[in-house]
Order: sequence, then C-alpha cells, then structure tokens
Amino acid sequence: MRRKARCSMCLAVPAQVKSCDGNDAVVDLHGNRVRVSTVLVPEVKEGDWVLVHAGFVIQQLSAEDLKETWAVLDDLERKGGGL
Amino acid sequence: MTQRLADSHAAIGRLLEAAKALPKPVAFMEICGTHTVAAFRCGLHSLMPANVKLVSGPGCPVCVTSQGDIDMLIELAQRPGVTLCTYGDMLRVTGAKGSLEEARGGGADVRVIYCSLDAVKLAAAEPKRNVVFAAVGFETTTPATAVAVMEAERLGLTNFTALVSHKRILPAMRALLDSMQVNVDGFMCPGHVSAITGYATFATIVRRYKLPCVVAGFEDVQIASALAKLVELARDRKAALENLYPQVVSRWGNRRAQNLMRRVFRPVDARWRGLGMIPDSGLAFRSRFSRFDTQSRYKITPIDSPEPPGCRCGDVITARCTPAECKLFAVVCTPVRPIGPCMVSSEGTCQAWFKYKRLGKSIAASEDAVAKPSQEARL
Amino acid sequence: MSNAMQERPGTPPSAYHIDKSRHIILAHGGGGQLTDELIAHTLLPRLGNELLGELLDSSIVPGSAGRIALTIDSYVVRPLSFPGGDIGRLAVSGTVNDLAVCGAEPMGLALSLILAEGLERKVLESFIDSVKATADEAGVKVITGDTKVVGRGQADGVYITTAGVGSVNGKTRLHPDQIRPGDVVIVSGSIADHGLAVMLAREMPEVQSVLWSDVAPLNRMIARLLEKVNGVVFMRDPTRGGLACVVADIATRTGLHVVLEESRILVRPETQHAADMLGLDPLEVANEGKVVVVTRPEAAEAAIAALKEDEHGQDARIIGHIEPERDGLCELHTVIGGRRILQKPYGEQLPRIC
Repeated sequence: MRRKARCSMCLAVPAQVKSCDGNDAVVDLHGNRVRVSTVLVPEVKEGDWVLVHAGFVIQQLSAEDLKETWAVLDDLERKGGGL
Repeated sequence: MTQRLADSHAAIGRLLEAAKALPKPVAFMEICGTHTVAAFRCGLHSLMPANVKLVSGPGCPVCVTSQGDIDMLIELAQRPGVTLCTYGDMLRVTGAKGSLEEARGGGADVRVIYCSLDAVKLAAAEPKRNVVFAAVGFETTTPATAVAVMEAERLGLTNFTALVSHKRILPAMRALLDSMQVNVDGFMCPGHVSAITGYATFATIVRRYKLPCVVAGFEDVQIASALAKLVELARDRKAALENLYPQVVSRWGNRRAQNLMRRVFRPVDARWRGLGMIPDSGLAFRSRFSRFDTQSRYKITPIDSPEPPGCRCGDVITARCTPAECKLFAVVCTPVRPIGPCMVSSEGTCQAWFKYKRLGKSIAASEDAVAKPSQEARL
Repeated sequence: MSNAMQERPGTPPSAYHIDKSRHIILAHGGGGQLTDELIAHTLLPRLGNELLGELLDSSIVPGSAGRIALTIDSYVVRPLSFPGGDIGRLAVSGTVNDLAVCGAEPMGLALSLILAEGLERKVLESFIDSVKATADEAGVKVITGDTKVVGRGQADGVYITTAGVGSVNGKTRLHPDQIRPGDVVIVSGSIADHGLAVMLAREMPEVQSVLWSDVAPLNRMIARLLEKVNGVVFMRDPTRGGLACVVADIATRTGLHVVLEESRILVRPETQHAADMLGLDPLEVANEGKVVVVTRPEAAEAAIAALKEDEHGQDARIIGHIEPERDGLCELHTVIGGRRILQKPYGEQLPRIC
C-alpha cells in the first residue's frame, strides 16, 4: 500500500527570512527556500529567524537561541555537511 | 559533542536522580502527536526508570477527528465538481466507507496541500470547481484556516468552503481529568500549540487539578528536560506551570493569531473520537463567514457510525489502555491495513508503538516473535 | 528487437494530431518501419555499439566460463528528471549497482523502454543521453533492448526496465550467511539524499531546493574495494526502504543482533531539513549512490580507506557492528544514549522514487 509523505499538523521548522514582499516572505534553511505567508507575524524582516508551520510564519526567533536549540541548525556554518 | 547533547545527558541524569525520590510511580501525559513520535525516536522511553511513564493523550488531530467528519469529507470528495484539499496526514484515515486516498484512487479529485492558502489559490484559479478544504488541527493550525477564509472573503470567492473540524486542546484535557477515568500526574504540554495560545492557557489545569504542566519543545534535549522537570515537580509535590520552550513560547502567545481566530471562529461543542462530545472544544465559523462553511453550503451533517468492532482507539488516546492491550494491534491492525485512526496517522499512538515499541516487547515473548511475522505476511 | 504489434487505444486518430517527428506515437512501438526509424535516429546514435547495432533478438556476449550474475529492475520514478539525475541515469546506476554489490563485474545491460504516446522525442533523447553517459561512467554498454509504446497517459511518459549481466570471479562469495558477530557495518556516505531530492521536487515543487540526488554507478568503487581489501563479507545498496531496510534485513536473515550508532550516520543538513518539512525519517529514505558494506573487524579501516579513494565514497564511515545475541533485531543507539528497535519500513513509504 502506497503512503504519501505526511505534512504534519504540528511540525514546525526554523528558517531565515531572505526577502519580504507584502504578506509573503521567502525563507531559507540550508539552501532550501520556500515562500510563506507572514500574515500571522507581519513584523518580520529580512535576516530574521522565524518558525514556519504549514506555510505560515508563526513566531519570531531570537538569533542567540538558535544553534543550541534545533539539531537541524547544528551545521549552520558548514555548508554541504560532512563530519 | 554539542552543548545540546551534553544538556540531554544532564537532563537524563536529573530525571534518574529525581525518580529515585518519587513517593510512588508516576505517569505523565503528552498531548501532541509530534511529542509521541519524537519521544520514541530519540530513545527516551528506553532511558526512563521503571517508575516513570510517559503516556499519550488525545494529541493527534487526525486521531481525534470523529468518524462522521471523515465520512462527510469522503462523501463530498466523491461528488462531481468537488475538489477536496487536505493536509497529507488526513489522506489515509478511514471512515465507514474507506479513506480519502481510496476515494482518489476511485477518481475523486483529492489534493494534498501544504498550506491552507493553496486551497484558496486553487479555488481562485479554477472557478468551475467547488473547493472543499478539510480544516483539521489544533491551535497551531487553526490560524491558517482563519487566514485562508479571510482571503477567500477578500477575493469574493463563491467556490471555496472549509469543513471545520478544528479542536481546542484545553477543553479535552479538562474533560479527561473530569471524567476521572485517567490517572496522570502531570502534562507535557505541546510546544507549537503553545506558541499560538501562550503557556498561560495551561494555568487552569495547574490550579484546578493541582497537576504540574511543563511546556516542551520537540528536540531530544527539550523532551528529556521537560520530563526531568515533571519528575522533579512530582517529587516535590509542586503543581507548577513551567515553560521549557521559551525560544518559541511566551506567556500570552501570538496575539495576532488569536485575534484572527476569534474574529473568524466561535467555540462550539465538538465530538472527539474516543472521548465523545466535549463542550466548547471545537470551532465553527461566525455568521459573517458562514457562507464558507461546507456543512451549511452542502446541507450535510455528520452521521455517527459505530467504531469498527474491536477497535480501542478511544481508549488508547485517553490512556485507558496501551496499544498492546488492544486485541487488534499488530495482528489485524497494522500500518498497511489500519483499522482505526491511531494506526493510520503517522503521529498516532498505535503506529508509534508499532514502529518503535512492538519488537522491543517481543524479545521477551519468543512465541510472539515467531507468530507475528507470519501473520503479517498474510496481511 | 521483437516484432509484437501494439493495440490502438479507443481514442479516434482525429481527436488530436501529433507530429511524429517531435513526439512518440503508438506506431513507434509497432515493430515496423517507424520502430526502425526510432531506433535508427534516436537510440543507436546514442547507445550504438557492435552488439547493439546487430539488432538481433539476443546479443551473445563473449565471456569466460564461470559464474554469471543476472539482475533486473524497473524504473518508474516521478518526476522523470530531478535534481542530480533523471530516469536514464537511474536506470543504469540501479542495475549496475545491483551487480556490483554481489561482486559481479557488469558485462552488459538490456534496456526495455515503455513510452507513452505524446512523449516529446527531445525529452526521450535527453534520457537516452543520460543512459549513455552513465553507462560510460560505469564502463558498461547497453547491448540489447526493446521499445514499446502505450496510449497517451498510460505510462506517465516513460518506464524503463534494465536487466544486467555480470561475471563473478571464482573467489568472491558475498552473502549474509558469511556475517559473524564482531563484523562491522560501513556506509559509503550520507543517506537519504536521493529520495528526499525526488520527494521534495514532486511534493513541494514550490520549494527551491539545493538537494541533489546521489544517483551514480558504484561498480568501479566497489571493484577497487574488493580488489584491495580481504574481509568484505556482504554488501547491499540501500534503495527503497533506505538504510533501515538493509540493516533490518541483515538482522533478520542472519538472526543476529545489529547495532547502529545514530551519531555516526551522516545526514546532510539540507536533507534533514527536507525530511523535517515532509515529515519523513531519513533512515527509511532511498539512496541510489550509496552502498552498505559489512566487513570483518580487522578489515574495516582498510575498507574505509579504499572507499574514500573514490569520489562517491568520500564520507564513508563505520556506523555499526554485529553482536552475537540471536534475536534478529536491529537496535539503534540514539544520539542521547537511548535505544530503540529499527524496523524495516512497513509498506512503501515513498512511492515512485526509483
């Protein structure tokens, strides 16, 4: 039986705002970029770190908190991986 | 080794230390499907001492969506001219008449979307299609529906409706505790629901039921720390509210999101699978937005079908039994042929047990290890 | 090439007009003149070699007496092109790798194409170019083939089935029954890149991604490994079902207890991020340019060194070992020091990724 990838209703991931455009922003994490809605947190600006869920920014994040909070950000300065 | 990793080890140390001083065994409930899966995947259960349990509550929105709601979605999807948009999690949930995925295989226009606004864009782009959006989820996801409906209103769309099955977690927690059928010593509270609601929302649980509540994130160290904190609070008999996810969760939450939700929705009684009707635990559109309500537009109401015989999802999501205590678990009900929603959903307790816990049990019972593989082969 | 005639679908020919110089039409699969034309203009110029050029029903391959390895795989990936590769590259790499992990040196490939009417010839040509380029990389030729055409929309554009034949030298015996307690589990690099690159391209095309499939033929890397290192006992390529599938299989088939160290498994940050976005577990996601190698403990370091000499093995590392307990289970030691059982994924997690 085939199973589609799930897009979870609780999963939220951190990302960095690359550009803002009205009610939208383009956010980036490790080079993956997607357009999301900023209607729920309209004060975000370029360079901000944010939490994204189901196509929406739901929270602003402070840069100091980032690295030690999310495992997916551990290699932030090291592009391309490799231990 | 990162600081985060060192912190995880320290948290587990604290957990084990505090557990030694517990007056009696304790069970804490998490009420978020992502916590269910994350706790298993990071191996936390294997590190917990014998007198500490982490049980799953009704935290998976797919699992608590009533069968009647699912049947409505499937029925609508099969109507000509209807395009049903849903988050991926809902695709395989079975009602009385199969699943949305099966309906799609039979020719229904069912589309998986990532963002609620995608459904609105689709409606705008295809005016001849009637778009129905399956609006499922807790408070993390409800604002997305509010924004989508306001956008549909702004665009003047007449071919977009949402079937609202959103639920509110707090009334369910209270109903669980009021029923007195469940014994928990505290809650691990969902980090992303709290990002929207603020952690103050759980203060009433602490006050009224004298139970500690700890808001937790989803990384290994955050779950471990939250569990350690719960054990410490239980040891000290402190009913306190602690926020261990301050990076994301504030006291009052995302006010703008809350205002949008209040503008679009009003609380209503809602039926939860396994819990029955809980007052004020669901949402419905306010009258200004009623033309975007699928049930009003299509004049349909959910019909309650009986649970599949033998299915104990209701007991599982209220921690009245474990998946292993359901006779169907892993014998007849598996991720490939699920009977109830707890096995369908990738965040369902039964699927999590099946993937992460089941074989751990069968090391002790060697007959099980032999019997079950051959039964699975027939499925 | 066979001469089977194709059935026409119910659609009347006047319903649409296709330019057969630019698109595949049903008649290209008919075995007659149009098939000859397709072979002559599209397939032979790209793949041509002596054996293929004979266009007989079978190709006779010169070879020494000894053991012959035979494998077959079908490729139904969607989308047909994805970052890092396409169905053509996949169709060669997958089959070559299946030969290589059994210790076989590829001798030739048989390529069967099922094309949907309406497919643009330019698109077909680009896939055949990929087949050729990848086959050259692997040092192998396509020596026989077949082409069929089915009605518009019936094959999502292209399905490819590739059979491969290879020769196995007398000494090699790579088999799970060779695996013993104490043996070491090695993987040749990062995991989940292929499956996630494809899934992201398909499920979330709005995401501009830097993910790149790892699809590649590994026969040269594996040949060098086997030549330089004594003590390699078993190999698999972790395609559908990912690393979890291969390792859980090893545990089941040997009846032994396999331990993996989560902290040793490499997942690129952008791949992990895509996995988080899609809600998938990298351990269960397909790889098309990686190999899992089980070696005797004393051979592990040399095996790593040999793999690292190849561009596809730069990130080779030890990820686990075999223990004597006879429970047939694979255990994952998690990053925080916990343990959980790693099972074979139940059912197919990711449709149409290879």
